[in-house]
Amino acid sequence: MTHTAVSSRSFGARRVPQAPRPGREAVATKGWWRAHRFLLLRRVSQGGILALFLAGPWFGAWLVKGNLSSSVTLGVLPLTDPFVLAQVLATRHLPETSAFVGAAIVIGFYALVGGRAFCSWVCPVNAVTDSAAWLRRRLHITSGRAPRGTLRHWLLGAVLLASAATGLTVWEWVNPVSLTQRALIFGGSLAWGAVAAVFLFDLLVAPRGWCGHVCPVGAAYALIGRAGVLRVSAAKSSACNDCADCYAVCPEPQVIVLPLKGKGGASPVITDSDCTNCGRCIDVCGPDVFRFTARWDSRRV
Amino acid sequence: MNRRDVLQGAASAATASLVAGGAALLAQESLARPAQALRPPGARAEADFLGACVRCGLCVRDCPPQNLKLSTGRGTGRGVAVGTPYFDARDVPCEMCEDIPCVKACPTGALDHALKDIAQARMGLAVLIDQENCLNFLGLRCDVCYRVCPLIDKAITLQKTSNPRSDRHAMLLPTVHSDACTGCGKCEKSCVLEQAAIKVLPIAVAKGELGHHYRKGWESDNRSGKPQFELPVQRLPEQPVPGDLAPLRGGGAAYPQAASGAAK
Repeated sequence: MTHTAVSSRSFGARRVPQAPRPGREAVATKGWWRAHRFLLLRRVSQGGILALFLAGPWFGAWLVKGNLSSSVTLGVLPLTDPFVLAQVLATRHLPETSAFVGAAIVIGFYALVGGRAFCSWVCPVNAVTDSAAWLRRRLHITSGRAPRGTLRHWLLGAVLLASAATGLTVWEWVNPVSLTQRALIFGGSLAWGAVAAVFLFDLLVAPRGWCGHVCPVGAAYALIGRAGVLRVSAAKSSACNDCADCYAVCPEPQVIVLPLKGKGGASPVITDSDCTNCGRCIDVCGPDVFRFTARWDSRRV
Repeated sequence: MNRRDVLQGAASAATASLVAGGAALLAQESLARPAQALRPPGARAEADFLGACVRCGLCVRDCPPQNLKLSTGRGTGRGVAVGTPYFDARDVPCEMCEDIPCVKACPTGALDHALKDIAQARMGLAVLIDQENCLNFLGLRCDVCYRVCPLIDKAITLQKTSNPRSDRHAMLLPTVHSDACTGCGKCEKSCVLEQAAIKVLPIAVAKGELGHHYRKGWESDNRSGKPQFELPVQRLPEQPVPGDLAPLRGGGAAYPQAASGAAK
């Protein structure tokens, strides 16, 4: 319990040693399951979605065909990735109706659920960057610096411009999200280079760099889910013991500061569109400060 | 907004442009698709196809003979944009399903939904590219490419000509007609040689293009319905002259009744 000795509340004034094992206190007070609940549920969700896609080619059970770029479930439900569709539209090609219907369903769902839920509950790259962040903590790697959070929005725009200029869906040549998932479902090995690149980028070059600061797919989902209903709230912020475990595990730690520490009637709800609704802060918090709630539920307990 | 914001914004914008530009450069390379990788039926021209395809693989899933693959950038898919569908005719050709399920499955219309008749598909064009090793060109009667062609006698015909080597035998040369060939690849698949003598090539590679000012004088379209010059009139006797049974030099029949007997 070396890290609990640190009680500085000022950020930056003193270098706060990173907690090597965030969530240890939560395990002690809440038990192992409640300290890992959302992490495991997310892995089940990510793995389950992949399993649905793989059930066809592996076992002949064609529940879901296609991949995350575009899919058909049970032969009736089309789903299309909005960012991929945006690239296609940027090339001035008008897709068939099913692509629009599929994108509308996806946009509707994430606009309602909110946040970048796709990033933390569906995207296969999430497990890669989470592992990189975990290893970074364990190995005490402090090198590198993340680019600004706005980079991904610039990249989103730049990709659409490049698509319009070249008439090609340019991001699909490098997109680790679709490359990885397609390689898992349809086979292929080049994608593992992209996965390794993202892992090393997050591990050595930029902490939480890819998902949080570069990936334009995540930027698109941030835009879609900015007014979503389901949000994390620091409702019991009065119980916060300043262990900083939530900051250590959060892929977007800047979104926590105001709701947790804001004074003078600030809302405890994390409404920042960068929040991925992963719920890891809920897991690792010993005093149970955080919980999932609706975005208008601004009660503090 | 202060100077710090402007500078950091500019840095982000520049980084984003570099990354997107790099991806665009990478994408440009894929425009040169290798000749043996054929796109599914209804695929738009390569540049348009690469702008429309989202690489979901739904066409691959709905392809009954499983000949379509998503490129992994390796093997036969080397040089094909990763994740886009293609097939290698020598490996598994297109079965030309009547209901064209691959086109129906495409959510973006990268495979054009206007294609309703598979015989109108143009996946490529078969070319009997090696006339030195084709068995029919060697004077044998292989004919396999002709026999397997789903559009036999339309897309591939056998053209009879004399064999100059023996001077007394015929050669039946498989001849592809671009107005009917769909590029399904059955001929390439079934060619009995170690390496196929007939290959399906992308149409842009296979076809020449006539100068646009050329007019084929023998086609009625180019004559506005009448000859552009007065054909010489041959004045021939109306009745056969006794003893004159030789055909005219031009090969045409001199006398309708007598000629029909002479031609046999």
